[in-house]
Amino acid sequence: METLTKTNRRNFLKLATATTGGLVLGFNWEANATTFNVLDEAASAADTNFNSYLSISSDNVITIFSPNPELGQNIKTSFPMIVAEELEADWSKVKVVQAMLDIKKYERQLTGGSGAIPHSWERLRKAGATAKQMLLEAGAKRWNVSASSLVAENGMIVDKSGNRSLSYGELANDAALIPVPTDIKLKDKKDFKIIGQPIRNVDGMDMITGKPLYGLDFYREGMVFAMIQRPKSFGMKIKSVDAAAAKASTGIIDVVTFKNNVAVVGKSTWQVNKARKLLKIEYEAESKIESTVDHDKLFKELLESKEPTVRRKDGDVDAAFANATKVISREYQCPFLPHNSMEPMNFFAHVRADGVELVGPTQTPDMARNEVAKLLGIAPDKITLEITRLGGGFGRRLKADYVLEAAELSSIIKAPVKVIWTREDDMGGGSYRPAVRYRFQAALDANGNMVGYKLRGVGINSGNPTREDNFPAGAVDNLLIDSIEHKSAITTGAWRAPITNFLAFAEQSFLDEVAEAVKQDPIQFRLNLLEKAKKYPVGAIKYDIDRMKTVIELAKEKSEWGKKKNISQGFSVYFSHRSYVAQVAEVEMKSGKPVVKKIHAAADCGVVINMSGAQQQVRGGIVDGMGHAFFGNLTFKDGAAEQLNFNSYRLIRYKEVPEIDVHFVNNGIDPTGLGEPALPPTGGAVANALFKATGKRLYNQPFNKQEALGGVNLESKM
Amino acid sequence: MATYQLQINGKSVSTEADSDTPLLWVLRDNLGLVGTKYGCGIAQCGACTVHLNGTAVRSCSLPISAIGNKKVTTIEGLSEKGDHPVQQAWNEVDVAQCGYCQAGQIMTAAALLSKKTKPSDQDIETAMNGNICRCGTYHRIHEAVVLASSKISN
Repeated sequence: METLTKTNRRNFLKLATATTGGLVLGFNWEANATTFNVLDEAASAADTNFNSYLSISSDNVITIFSPNPELGQNIKTSFPMIVAEELEADWSKVKVVQAMLDIKKYERQLTGGSGAIPHSWERLRKAGATAKQMLLEAGAKRWNVSASSLVAENGMIVDKSGNRSLSYGELANDAALIPVPTDIKLKDKKDFKIIGQPIRNVDGMDMITGKPLYGLDFYREGMVFAMIQRPKSFGMKIKSVDAAAAKASTGIIDVVTFKNNVAVVGKSTWQVNKARKLLKIEYEAESKIESTVDHDKLFKELLESKEPTVRRKDGDVDAAFANATKVISREYQCPFLPHNSMEPMNFFAHVRADGVELVGPTQTPDMARNEVAKLLGIAPDKITLEITRLGGGFGRRLKADYVLEAAELSSIIKAPVKVIWTREDDMGGGSYRPAVRYRFQAALDANGNMVGYKLRGVGINSGNPTREDNFPAGAVDNLLIDSIEHKSAITTGAWRAPITNFLAFAEQSFLDEVAEAVKQDPIQFRLNLLEKAKKYPVGAIKYDIDRMKTVIELAKEKSEWGKKKNISQGFSVYFSHRSYVAQVAEVEMKSGKPVVKKIHAAADCGVVINMSGAQQQVRGGIVDGMGHAFFGNLTFKDGAAEQLNFNSYRLIRYKEVPEIDVHFVNNGIDPTGLGEPALPPTGGAVANALFKATGKRLYNQPFNKQEALGGVNLESKM
Repeated sequence: MATYQLQINGKSVSTEADSDTPLLWVLRDNLGLVGTKYGCGIAQCGACTVHLNGTAVRSCSLPISAIGNKKVTTIEGLSEKGDHPVQQAWNEVDVAQCGYCQAGQIMTAAALLSKKTKPSDQDIETAMNGNICRCGTYHRIHEAVVLASSKISN
């Protein structure tokens, strides 16, 4: 299939029909698309109307192009499952091909915001259902019977009365001549056979046999290798470069300075890595050089600011707090976090006179191409971009910086080049989860009702660090949510479940403390608030109260909340990216130290596509949330990150993960996304359970730096 | 630059490299064996794990000059058809998410099971704790090692 991805679409169509024949169906990914077209020579003239391809060859192979970058969210397996379901295909005959970047065909070709399945669900179903209908009609024509008397099952059109059948491959050429039906009936969800099953990753065997799949695995004859020395401190610029020793090092072809980059170009990764250490570069400050200690002071000042940006205001907060019987005020802080995808940043670029070839791992191929086009002053259609498998992303590869520098370097040295980041480059190179501090305040009346609620978020390059319309907004009569952002040279960006990855911990810890103050069970306290929001909504409610209640009830039931002896349970629930996840963490004391033993998760992401992948997303999200809550800590001194590799930056390991029990709400709602929503609730559930076990609250992350606990033992057994 | 004769995946291969070049980069850049991954370069993450005379080692921190005649096995050479019991188990349990660390995980598990076909949970923990999985597939890694152990013992 390698050649197919490199051939332009028109040629592909000819190639497909010429070599294998069969049905090739173009289907539209665009939001308002309802039309489908059989691709024949005549139809292919209207090139841009057809946005992706499902083909059935006469030898029964069903091929589908998967447009979205695959970084472990399992989209490359889930997408074709949806098509195969409606098509009534034999799953073992389905082949999946990663599509090149082609935004005209695919429209939304990015990985982010847990949005791929929600966006493409209906399109994929219609594509499969349309092809199935055409195959049914082809069978009807062949046997001269009515299509309604036939059934499609497991890759066959079956005439039950005549006791005869034909495979899809046998009918594919005939089906291609059937006019595209406009009235398509989708399957009843209760009849799904493939959707909801645990289906193995389509790249599984390639991954476990070491096939070249990732950007870093891409090699091209004549390609050179490069590493770039970027300023180690944010806010610095190059003053002078002495590259003599680096240039003289073995295997080095050239040393090139552009913008704030000094690129060492050579014949192998190791040689450029060694030579780069010989560079002598002087830097000077171009903006304020900051350290973590400055930020700690700054946060406290910003929390007192008189000029916040108001995000949401309901009722009269000042009166509510002035008349309160009791006010609870708590602050929570988190550090910057690097993404640390296991495959560090890298990209291949070949800038030629007639066009540009880009190959590598990116979550936003279209943005990367457009930025390269702008940088080089050429038209985007002169650029091809091949999306490799991504060795993790977590939001880091939503930025195009590492694509741009590869393209710029190739244009300077006029050679095909792969730019490789070391782990140190990756961890010190920015685009971090922003450091943020929150102040939550609750006003309680004499009856223990939460009559006022205030949240202020302050952060460094954090944008809006609140989610002002999330729960408990809508359930409190008087509410004020505002924020203040500090601009810094330290770069930030989206990090899996942006903002909510820490905000959820802070909010759910705070609500736990309020529940404690009003002497209510933490789960009942939240249910009461939801009940109030339902009966007496305050302002706009932008979350689904019933879906949230359902996950809460499910987590409560599955964890046997409050019924276990010698186990301290902590609860958390969060809505993010259209989905709902509730978690109960369980902590046991072992030799006087708390051990996180188990986490129960109840998730509502609508219809689960792939039970195997879905379980992975929830467990992985929880492990991610827990690991970073306990250990993640990137600090700065004089503008430079102080942790640059895994000897000083700790990621959660095998023996530190608790048992995780995952349950899905089976409500038949169209899918709402699962790449991120399981992460946000974890920190809060764990912190609330640790409080139950130790009587001590956690306010800051990472937890392992919080002396209040006297050390947390994470060495639990799965 | 010097010429090195290496025993890799059952074959004798000759390659030129600076003497301090880590085995990882010789495998990847010189020999095109890219299944062995770069993750940290300082033997902390385990993505680059290969076998040296059957023992799991971190190829990012092993200079080419130290290899000599020792037999190197990479993920590509673990089995001819991808059907080593550990690979079978990894496939059946559907372990991988992004998959980048999994070759290293498999090589670590295979070395453990070659020495101890029925490892205890403690043995598995000790062996696998050196390999980071950023996606958090640790539960399935555990399941797959246990499954592979049962395949080997039977």
